[in-house]
Amino acid sequence: MKEQLEWLAQESLGAVAAAAGMAELDALRVRYLGKKGELTAILKQMGKLSAEERPAMGQLANSVRAELESAIEERRVALEEAALEARLEAETLDVTMPGKRVRGGHRHPMDIVIDELKDIFVGMGFEVDDGPEVEESVYNFDRLNTDENHPAREWTDTFYLDGESRTLLRTQTSNMEPRIMETRTLPIRAAVFGRCYRKDEVDATHSPMFHQMEGVVVDKHITFADLKGLLHNMAVQMYGPDTVTRFRPHHFPFTEPSCEMDVQCHKCGGKGCPTCKGEGWIELLGAGVTNPHVHEMSGIDTSKYSGLAWGMGLERAAMRRFKIADLRLMFENDVRFLEQF
Amino acid sequence: MNLSRKWLTEFVDVGLDEVNDHDFAEAMTMSGSKVEGTHYMGEGISRVVVGRIVEMVRHHDSDHMWTCQVDVGGERLLQIVTGAQNQRVGDLVPVALDGATLPGGAEIHTTVFRGELSEGMMCSLRELGLTTHDFPYAIEDGLFVLQEDCSPGDDIVPIIGRDDHVVEFEITPNRPDCLSVIGLAREAAVTFGKPLRLHEPVVKGSGGDINELVKIDVLNPELCPRYTARMVRNIKIGPSPKWMRERIAAMGMRPINNIVDITNYVMMEYGQPMHAFDFSCVDGGHIVVRTAREGETCRTLDGNERRVTPAMLCICDEHKPVGLAGVMGGENSEITGDTKMVLFESANFNGTSIRRTAAALNMRTDASAHYEKGLDPYLTMRAVNRACELVELLGAGEVVDGIIDVFPNPPQPLVRELDVDRVNWILGTEIDGGTMRKILTDLGFKLDGNTVTVPSWRLDIDAKYTQNDFAEEVARIYGFNNIPSTMMEDSGTKSGGYTPEQAAERTLGGVCRACGYDGIITYSFYSPAGWDMIRLPENDPRRDAIRILNPLGEDTSCMRTTTLPSMLEVLARNWNYRNADVKLYEFAKVYKKRADGLADEPKVLTLGAYGEDMDFYTLKGTVEELCDALRIDGCEYVPVKDNPSYHPGRCAALYADGECLGVLGQIHPLVAKNYGVGDELYAAELDFPAMFAHRTTEVYYTPLPRFPAVMRDISVVCDDALTAGELARCIGKAGGEYLESVEVFDVYRGPGIPEGKKSVSFSLALRSGDQTLTDTHADEAVAAILGALERDYGAVIR
Repeated sequence: MKEQLEWLAQESLGAVAAAAGMAELDALRVRYLGKKGELTAILKQMGKLSAEERPAMGQLANSVRAELESAIEERRVALEEAALEARLEAETLDVTMPGKRVRGGHRHPMDIVIDELKDIFVGMGFEVDDGPEVEESVYNFDRLNTDENHPAREWTDTFYLDGESRTLLRTQTSNMEPRIMETRTLPIRAAVFGRCYRKDEVDATHSPMFHQMEGVVVDKHITFADLKGLLHNMAVQMYGPDTVTRFRPHHFPFTEPSCEMDVQCHKCGGKGCPTCKGEGWIELLGAGVTNPHVHEMSGIDTSKYSGLAWGMGLERAAMRRFKIADLRLMFENDVRFLEQF
Repeated sequence: MNLSRKWLTEFVDVGLDEVNDHDFAEAMTMSGSKVEGTHYMGEGISRVVVGRIVEMVRHHDSDHMWTCQVDVGGERLLQIVTGAQNQRVGDLVPVALDGATLPGGAEIHTTVFRGELSEGMMCSLRELGLTTHDFPYAIEDGLFVLQEDCSPGDDIVPIIGRDDHVVEFEITPNRPDCLSVIGLAREAAVTFGKPLRLHEPVVKGSGGDINELVKIDVLNPELCPRYTARMVRNIKIGPSPKWMRERIAAMGMRPINNIVDITNYVMMEYGQPMHAFDFSCVDGGHIVVRTAREGETCRTLDGNERRVTPAMLCICDEHKPVGLAGVMGGENSEITGDTKMVLFESANFNGTSIRRTAAALNMRTDASAHYEKGLDPYLTMRAVNRACELVELLGAGEVVDGIIDVFPNPPQPLVRELDVDRVNWILGTEIDGGTMRKILTDLGFKLDGNTVTVPSWRLDIDAKYTQNDFAEEVARIYGFNNIPSTMMEDSGTKSGGYTPEQAAERTLGGVCRACGYDGIITYSFYSPAGWDMIRLPENDPRRDAIRILNPLGEDTSCMRTTTLPSMLEVLARNWNYRNADVKLYEFAKVYKKRADGLADEPKVLTLGAYGEDMDFYTLKGTVEELCDALRIDGCEYVPVKDNPSYHPGRCAALYADGECLGVLGQIHPLVAKNYGVGDELYAAELDFPAMFAHRTTEVYYTPLPRFPAVMRDISVVCDDALTAGELARCIGKAGGEYLESVEVFDVYRGPGIPEGKKSVSFSLALRSGDQTLTDTHADEAVAAILGALERDYGAVIR
């Protein structure tokens, strides 16, 4: 009987280890451990054994059973793992195939630049404005200290809506300077964004309609030094912490002193290259301390209050940022262009 | 404005050896005179030297070419073949050596001409980029035979005066005084801290009296505040000397003859335009400065007959105009080789009048460019004397004694106190008074303590808010970049930020993009033909638009009253580019005429789309998303059959609380056809202010349901003309307190349903907040709903 058990153990363990699938493993379990299985059959012969032999033989039989059960369990785990592995292998996808997407729309490149600038100025405590585009020449010119013979007022330069040159399409967002100053309580921090119009024929760098940003600050004792700090801060937020700016004297009727702000060319670091047309600097905007005549005309006490103003062409900013060579693309609205942004 | 750096050194020691072009440009730009660029006049000329022709023989194989032996200062003679005929043995000529470059990029190499070695090229004027204006003694066709003091081997560049460097300035309109060598020299002197050397012209004279020869009357002193003139007789017209020709050429003008060159030279030097009349052509010896008479004409120096108007100021003799004041002289009094007597005009004209005249005649000249910004009236005298001094220096004639100077109202100089504290207050600096006074003095302001007399050429200095001008003068010389950068302090309590409208606009833009729509930007103006394209009726109020009186063209002449034509144009363009599946949105204004001549400018959110995945319901889905984003409650979509731009069966108006928020639908096929599009186009025009007004801002939490819903589906058969919306509204009213939602899930027409009828299926959700509903509850609600549908709409359960 001992030989039978040992032989059974040897044969059954071999068979379990070789079992190729769950069905075969189950069949082996039935064949060896089932009620009519081979181990049971051997155990039925226990009755024929002597009382001395019985405990030893029982012990042997139990250990064979335990060994076999654990072998079957081990094999079952192994087979399950293999089956899972095979299934996962079979489920392999070509991950380089395109994804299924809900195709979102794209922001117009002008709006990307405009929204970014709005956020920058909102972050510095500014209100955001737009204002009328159909405007009185009083707000577009007179109250900005632009004298009545200024060339910008000519019918060759500005679109007029009546024969007396009283109403026009604003040529600059600066029209909102007097409008804001005349309607709001001081102090003022406002950034105006919107469409402007000048009588330029359409070409790669000109458009009769374009966008500008105008900044207006009025407060007790605002200085040219504050203008530098504010605009430098803006440039850093636009172009990154290493941005170098410079302020150059310039002239505008509505500011005194006036300046233009350049940023050092990011491409060449100021050495001069095609991007900056060899100058090393890229002109970004015109600015200045508000001319007291402008404040006076809008009823602001020039002895107590001073102000800052700046204006920036947004098409140029967007074109530079996205390296867009032709302004016409902005208004053509070809989706092959729009979907690049 | 071009500046010759050689000429500049006559007034201030800022030579090329001390400051190179780059540093010069940088420093001048930063002190307020913006430099656009610099260039070396000898650019492109290399390895060109003076050569002496030592021997010349006929080319052995040509009857028109010469083989010359040329001494170029080297150890041996060079053999050079030429086809020119004007040279003689012993002549000095420019020689381009092997490897030389010439203006225009030509390269010269040793070569063989019909069997003869040629080790370079002897040059003509043109090959060196010159003309007979530069060297009047030379000829155009042939070698440039030099009459300069030079020797074989000398570099040609300085000999032809091309060793100068030219700086191109962009002068701002407030500083017309810088449109001159002296004006820029003053800026350069201050910028580089060097003394400015000015020269007071000295005229010897030759007797006589101008007052006996000419009479001058200024009839329009408001247009001609000052008219100064001197006379020169026994004129000997000839070329001006080389130094003058070189300076004129460096400044970008063409040398003509000594008298004309003197007027141009003085204009460049002082910024005062001058004119020289052939006095024999001035009838009656009488100059009358007056506006033109109706119908008068003037043939100007450029040979064009100009029709002048009474708004234009002319310089006339007793009978006729002899020049357009400040713009161009008349051909009838032009300086010619026979001119014997010259009247030099040095006048001050009203800038605006000159600008308008030049613009009206489309002839902006150097003179008009100087005048139009406004000139210092005190400049005329010095300039006319300088011209006469040069006449004497050049031996071009004899200056008659005396000056005629019509200057009825000499302006008083502007005198103001310098307020050091206020200047620092404006700038945010702590610059001491001494520094400020030094800067102003260097710039030509006269200081007595802090009392400042503004120089007559600084017409830009404001009489009232002078401290701001002082601040600018001080700051630009002190250095903008030496002024600190500070962050302003806020004396108020405002925090800025977006208004609710602006925030809503941003939200809606985001929703449009989430729904797949790309942002576009179209022009605010368009052609009135657009209204016909979208089939607006003749009497539609939208045809009453604001018109631009001076548009670029008909296509951009009307401020838009509807955005639809702009959107359809862009859709059509994309369709023509064969772009598939296009969805676009634009957030922009329309311009509604107002009685006061201005406009109401409400914003419109326009959607436009076409493509395989587009149909009415896809478009409506986006509109619903937009309404959801603003939480607009109770939106209703009402069929619109009579909007001429839209498909009569596929167009809806969006209403909330009885107010129309916009229209959406398929574009009428005839409109699409007008835009050349054969496919279905879809559009929505949403009134942003109306949408914004109907938004809900208060959002409160609703507890999650604790009891399950009972779902019931019903199908009813009704007239085909009934809308699902009408039925759903009826269900909503009849459904009672447990009805939670109603959704249409099927509409069916066909077999089993009578002609003219349709079956509509609804999914109903019923729920109670405090109990689990039983079938009885649900059955009661459904029965009530079916009853109402049958009673109100004749819809019966299928």
